Amino acid sequence: MANSNHTTRRTVLGLAGGAAVLVIVRPAAATPAMLSAAIRNVVGEANVRTGKVKLDIPPLVENGNTVPMTVSVTSPMTADDYVKSIHVFNEKNPQPNIGNFYLGPRAGRAQVSTRIRLADSQKVTAIARLSDDTFWSTTADVVVTLAACTEEAI
Amino acid sequence: MPSALINVPAKAKRGSVIEIKTLMSHIMETGYRHTASGDVVPRDIITSFTCRFNGTEVFRADLYPAIAANPFITFFTTVTESGKFEFEWIGDKGFSETAQASITVE
Repeated sequence: MANSNHTTRRTVLGLAGGAAVLVIVRPAAATPAMLSAAIRNVVGEANVRTGKVKLDIPPLVENGNTVPMTVSVTSPMTADDYVKSIHVFNEKNPQPNIGNFYLGPRAGRAQVSTRIRLADSQKVTAIARLSDDTFWSTTADVVVTLAACTEEAI
Repeated sequence: MPSALINVPAKAKRGSVIEIKTLMSHIMETGYRHTASGDVVPRDIITSFTCRFNGTEVFRADLYPAIAANPFITFFTTVTESGKFEFEWIGDKGFSETAQASITVE
């Protein structure tokens, strides 16, 4: 009798602990479904092929609050063959979008750099839209030690 | 106080590709953080950045909360004539800032 009570108490505590962890762990995070929805928003029904795009981002980041990132696309950047736009997405931030960059033939070089936030170790995807409306993408894995977005504002 | 840092070469050869670096000081509050008392800190970010050369748009970007504080953006453009670059940042809470830089093409 005493033994069974003990087991029950332990089970209940275990369940309560598990529930608490479940609630606290993730205030908001994009899901792979949100990521593919965000990508669909940009590319529509078009086929996204791998290649042409290069994503320069450190594979291991200490501070997710500011991660340098450079996207470049192999393109001659002439009047009839150029990059229209570059779109960057992430997998696990609260929102799947990072930024959209619109270029034109006179950009001369299809390359954009900025600094981004990453809430977790995750994949970052860059997609380029060329002047013939084909889409090209690349993906990079980033390991983040100190995540962005989670700290309390004072 | 908002302030912009712009790096555009003062001179360039006609037809050459130049790099433009821009930095705008801004908190870029994501809207996903909470205060110690549990209130959500409202979103306050720059949502749009545009660069025009002599009135023609040469580069534009949509920014999201995943862009780090003090957005730093670099891009390239081809210069064919002397003129003036105009930069514009637009954001939440009526944020709107502009900056200019001139270039001499020879």
